[in-house]
Amino acid sequence: MIRPIALALLLASGTVIATATATAKDLVYVSNEKDDTLSIIDLEKLEVIDTIEVGERPRGITLSQDQSRLYICASDSDAVQILDTDTNKLISNLPSGEDPEQFALHPNDHHLYIANEDNAVVTIVDTESKTVIGQVDVGVEPEGMAASPDGKWVVNTSETTNMLHWIDAETFSLKDNTLVGQRPRHVEFNKDGSRLWASAEIGGTVSIVDTASRKILHDIHFSIPNVHRDKIQPVGIKLSDDGRYAFVALGPANHVAVVNAKTYEVEKYLLVGRRVWHLEFSSDQSLLLTTNGISGDVSIIDVNKLKVIKTLRVGRYPWGLAVRKI
Amino acid sequence: MNHDCSKHPVVQLFCVCSCFPSSLTTATLLLALAFIALPPAVRAEALDIPILYLEQTRPDEAILSNVFQEPANTGLRGAELGVADNNTTGRFLNHSYRLEHKVSDQFPPLLDAALSWHSKRNTLIIANMPPQSLLKLAQHPRLKGRVILLNAGSPADSLRQSQCTTGLLHTLPSRSMLADALAQLLVAKKWQKWLLVKGQRPDDSAYAAAMTRAAKRFGARIIEQKTWSFDTDLRRVAQQEIPTFTRARDYDVVIVADELGDVGEFIPYNTWLPRPVAGTQGLTPVAWHRVIEQWGALQLQNRFQELANRFMNSTDYAAWLAVRVIGEAITRQGSTDAAKLYSFMLSPDFEVAAFKGRKMNFRQWNGQMRQPIALVHPRALISQSPQEGFLHPHTDLDTLGYDKPEVRCDFSTSLENP
Repeated sequence: MIRPIALALLLASGTVIATATATAKDLVYVSNEKDDTLSIIDLEKLEVIDTIEVGERPRGITLSQDQSRLYICASDSDAVQILDTDTNKLISNLPSGEDPEQFALHPNDHHLYIANEDNAVVTIVDTESKTVIGQVDVGVEPEGMAASPDGKWVVNTSETTNMLHWIDAETFSLKDNTLVGQRPRHVEFNKDGSRLWASAEIGGTVSIVDTASRKILHDIHFSIPNVHRDKIQPVGIKLSDDGRYAFVALGPANHVAVVNAKTYEVEKYLLVGRRVWHLEFSSDQSLLLTTNGISGDVSIIDVNKLKVIKTLRVGRYPWGLAVRKI
Repeated sequence: MNHDCSKHPVVQLFCVCSCFPSSLTTATLLLALAFIALPPAVRAEALDIPILYLEQTRPDEAILSNVFQEPANTGLRGAELGVADNNTTGRFLNHSYRLEHKVSDQFPPLLDAALSWHSKRNTLIIANMPPQSLLKLAQHPRLKGRVILLNAGSPADSLRQSQCTTGLLHTLPSRSMLADALAQLLVAKKWQKWLLVKGQRPDDSAYAAAMTRAAKRFGARIIEQKTWSFDTDLRRVAQQEIPTFTRARDYDVVIVADELGDVGEFIPYNTWLPRPVAGTQGLTPVAWHRVIEQWGALQLQNRFQELANRFMNSTDYAAWLAVRVIGEAITRQGSTDAAKLYSFMLSPDFEVAAFKGRKMNFRQWNGQMRQPIALVHPRALISQSPQEGFLHPHTDLDTLGYDKPEVRCDFSTSLENP
């Protein structure tokens, strides 16, 4: 009896095409900030297959390079937790400093740069020795974090200071600061590391910064018919490896902007769930997933067709995403 | 190796994390500390930025609901947090902020402090004082057009509508902004018939006037207005007195105008008809409240609580915001020149993020900061105005408070005699 119903649901939500185009056999981890859980989505079936309990207020999540471990910022537990992705069991905690919100794993696979939102520092933790190996003072409310592909830089955004802080990954020292728009939330390097994309949530812009000079090259503005400009609040950014697109989550505007990564023109706006926050590609980049905080769901976008193909209910306030290739 | 976290300052830094591995040695920790880097400055030019905070304390008045006292350092703690936030940013720019403050129950010592401040070529002042005093300060010939005065303490509409003064900016919302914010929600809910009850103090009348204006603007109707004159101890007899007092033709909601919280606290659940209560009690429009936690506000709440050991209130928020406005202008301009800062603050390029989910800036015709208004009860955020559907040709934030055509002011967006 179950099968016909499932088929009917698939047909009703128009996902038959999706399953045909989606070649990735991925598992997607979604952190649910207000449920203290992770939802696990099977990307082949396009359904939530498990929900597991983790620490308090989970936000940023990221996988180790071999994908055997998932690191979880459990903000209100003041810890980074490690999940064994084979068993889906929490195996240990890392010291994290207070209120870890987001982090970036350095390309060396064992230095985790953690933004401690409540006390204006970035804590660097060695995931092998499980020790704090450095701390760097940054601006008020550190949030976004990204490591350059060559491993030279780690960049942190501070939401109230409105700066990008450039941390030298060899010496763990601050080398430069770039003043950007109001409330910078997220940073993302392009594939060759020459450009850094930074979103300013309240400023309503995305700045493209030249890595060599740490200067802003261009600001992207957004405009959606019938959406008040103040509601256009860019947060998550994802750049496709082929250099074609940048996707920008626009928060309470409930849209994802599709930006031409070469000309910086906005080509399209895709309607997703309410208060879209962060984005992640499937491993083959054929699909893009969004966390929609207020509506408590994940939208799945077909990257080739630039269409939303499915919405999946997850927990309350889904925040971060991590994709594990199977 | 076991550390006693409470005694070791270095260890204490990490001890908040219960999972910190016990194998960690002191040597590792010292190594960690060695890596704490000193921030480099973006620009070389060092700036010293003194800010003066002036507060005129109000005389104590006997009120019936006297259980919860207003904290004595209301406002000042907000300014202090603003300075700490600015300095965290300032260290990357070589900008150093410091706060001086003067508190008095009399106006003359505060005026003297402001005059002496300006005579030392200082130009940034935050004021938390009654409107009559603030106006005297703002219009003093040696200060007007020479200093930037940020009002964090008076919601008086007159200061924004008929007596605006060049150089005087307001980070605290006006009474009319609060009233309009509440009226929009009530009208959106179709609670349009109001019974308006008020106290006998002038501020209560001003609040009632703002609600009356809001009713007219948004299409609500005040079916009756009453002023109380209770001479009994309502803490004991509210259950007998208030039902009789709130007897009226059918109403959807009781609007209370009682700014000090005297009788108003006893109105909810004692009304003649089973109706909700809003205004200064019940559902309340505020600039800030502990229950605001969206838009990253939790971080501000946590920082404030750590500094002040209490919740942040609207006056604290307005004082914090005033300091942040100064910080934002100086960060972007790289200068402390008062004329330059003032023109920038009032330009369309100025914007500040202040944990209300929208960028905020000043109205160029009266120096009032545009901002969303929270509607709260003591334990939850109920809504935030402007409400959907209340439209405005420029920005829906200007549906709250006196709009440009209603303002009769001689207000300039540049300082006259810096």
